Amino acid sequence: MIGNDRLAVRKTYKLYVNGAFPRSESGRTYEVTDAKGHFLANAAWASRKDARDAVVAARGAFAKWSGATAYNRGQVLYRVAEVMEGRHAQFCEEVAAGEGLSSSKARAAVDAAIDRWVWYAGWTDKLGAVLGGSNPVAGPYFDFSLPEPTGVVAVLAPQQSSLLGLVSVFAPVLATGNTAVVVSSKERPLPAVTLGEVLATSDVPGGVVNLLTGDAEELGPWLAEHADVDAIDLTGAPAGRAMEFEREAAGTIKRVVRAPAGGEPDWAADPGITRMTPFLETKTVWHPMGL
Amino acid sequence: MTHVLDPDALSHDARALVAPLPPYDDVTRSDAAFRAFLHGLPGVDQVGAEARAAQLGTRSIKTTSKAWAIDTAISMVDLTTLEGADTPGKVRSLAAKAKQPDPTDPTTPKVAAVCVYGDLAGVAREALQGTGIHVAAVATAFPSGRASKAVKLADVRDAVDNGADEIDMVIDRGAFLAGRYLDVYDEIVAVKEACGDAHLKVILETGELKTLDNVRRASWIAMLAGGDFIKTSTGKINPAATLPVCLVMLEAVRDFRAATGRQIGMKPAGGIRTTKDAIKHLVMINETVGPDWLDPDWFRFGASSLLNDLLLQRQKLRTGHYSGPDYVTVD
Repeated sequence: MIGNDRLAVRKTYKLYVNGAFPRSESGRTYEVTDAKGHFLANAAWASRKDARDAVVAARGAFAKWSGATAYNRGQVLYRVAEVMEGRHAQFCEEVAAGEGLSSSKARAAVDAAIDRWVWYAGWTDKLGAVLGGSNPVAGPYFDFSLPEPTGVVAVLAPQQSSLLGLVSVFAPVLATGNTAVVVSSKERPLPAVTLGEVLATSDVPGGVVNLLTGDAEELGPWLAEHADVDAIDLTGAPAGRAMEFEREAAGTIKRVVRAPAGGEPDWAADPGITRMTPFLETKTVWHPMGL
Repeated sequence: MTHVLDPDALSHDARALVAPLPPYDDVTRSDAAFRAFLHGLPGVDQVGAEARAAQLGTRSIKTTSKAWAIDTAISMVDLTTLEGADTPGKVRSLAAKAKQPDPTDPTTPKVAAVCVYGDLAGVAREALQGTGIHVAAVATAFPSGRASKAVKLADVRDAVDNGADEIDMVIDRGAFLAGRYLDVYDEIVAVKEACGDAHLKVILETGELKTLDNVRRASWIAMLAGGDFIKTSTGKINPAATLPVCLVMLEAVRDFRAATGRQIGMKPAGGIRTTKDAIKHLVMINETVGPDWLDPDWFRFGASSLLNDLLLQRQKLRTGHYSGPDYVTVD
């Protein structure tokens, strides 16, 4: 029988890098509290070297993930949604505690996040038809364009919306065939940690997603300047630093998604495809006709 | 002896053709004496060697020391391509990289040597003319070493004629493991003679020797027989160059110099892929044999992918941000 004298199992979460759960290379952790300031758990506090390792892992995973058929990527991402559904209660609890929401609002946010994931999973094999196609050209050529993933994408996830916002910025990166290094919300990292556990137990190959808990202000400059990062999403960049990160990203001609003006948008709104297109490059092929 | 691998192998009681340096000039007087000498070398404490190597690997080398270590390591690289698919074009592009490893930064030092198969040594020699970069060629039926002595010696002479000024030979591991130490010794002596003026590096292939005691014995055979360098591995066998193996070999070259006054070089090869690995080796040299060996004339890294990682780290120190594989050549 378990009585009230049972010792609490306090959690110290780790990072999710290259399909494994390492501690931060720096050995640092920080306390995560709920919206009222009560202790929830310890989380790993990622350092720049963790970010560097995550980029190496993401680069290593890129060939396989981008080379998978769009149909297969869609299936894998749908499987992630299935596993998320199994963790529904845990997500609800973490979102409610972290964001200070009522349980019904938290449930609505989790439902929306899982639906968002399914929605992006469905897009994988349809983007080519929407964004690509054959082009009319003034010559005897068959000319067509295809969208292709850009590579390794660094994502500074929203600081407020810890699950729906996270999924909204990060699922489109995966759906388009990129690999990702995600820095979670600093104050509300637990849904990201759980999402890491979901990804580890679904079919997403190790290294495709690397989740770092920690401070976007600290890691942002390193990811923005990193020469092996092809694009960066600055949604969760701290106020006042986003412009600086953009400038640093320009040094290696990265694709940049700018931080939203006027705070975080309403994540529940229909996202359209505007979060997928920034991470795609268009390849156009000129094929001589004849024979 | 019932197990004879080489039909031309010396008979049981043979005497070595050339005696080693004093005070070891009598240890090769007979098979039995040589075996007694080699088995009389102090045994290696394997757990101790592993612990020492692991402990030396924890040193933190940062900022200016790291910059020095990276440049030193680059200057010690034997840039290697040993593939069946090697072409003259690939060797020429490797030579170009050896001369100017990082075209974006002319202050990058050049590497020590380019290491190829013997038939391509001429191509490398031509491409490296006047640069001071050595041309190393593997010979003696590399990597297995399973050929008759006559074939091995012809292989060596061919590589030297093609322009190699360093020869990487493999020892006969079959003879070594069968206990015919004098045969191994004599073969190295004969290869050294065939090398002429070329430097001889003796590959022990430590991954096939199984124990650190064997590594110590093989190191001594190679040094006594006149090898200029001892080298861990061919790079074709796993495990290749591990830190404990390097530690034992470095102790052997240290002890040999203390006894005979002759300094032997050391070359770990295979499995060294990152700057961190390379720096661990430099730390180990400094702590084991001292700074006399911190020089491309006395220490080399046999590697191919290591150079790119060294260049990436060098770029990181220079620019302050992380670099990526798009900024170095594809080998």
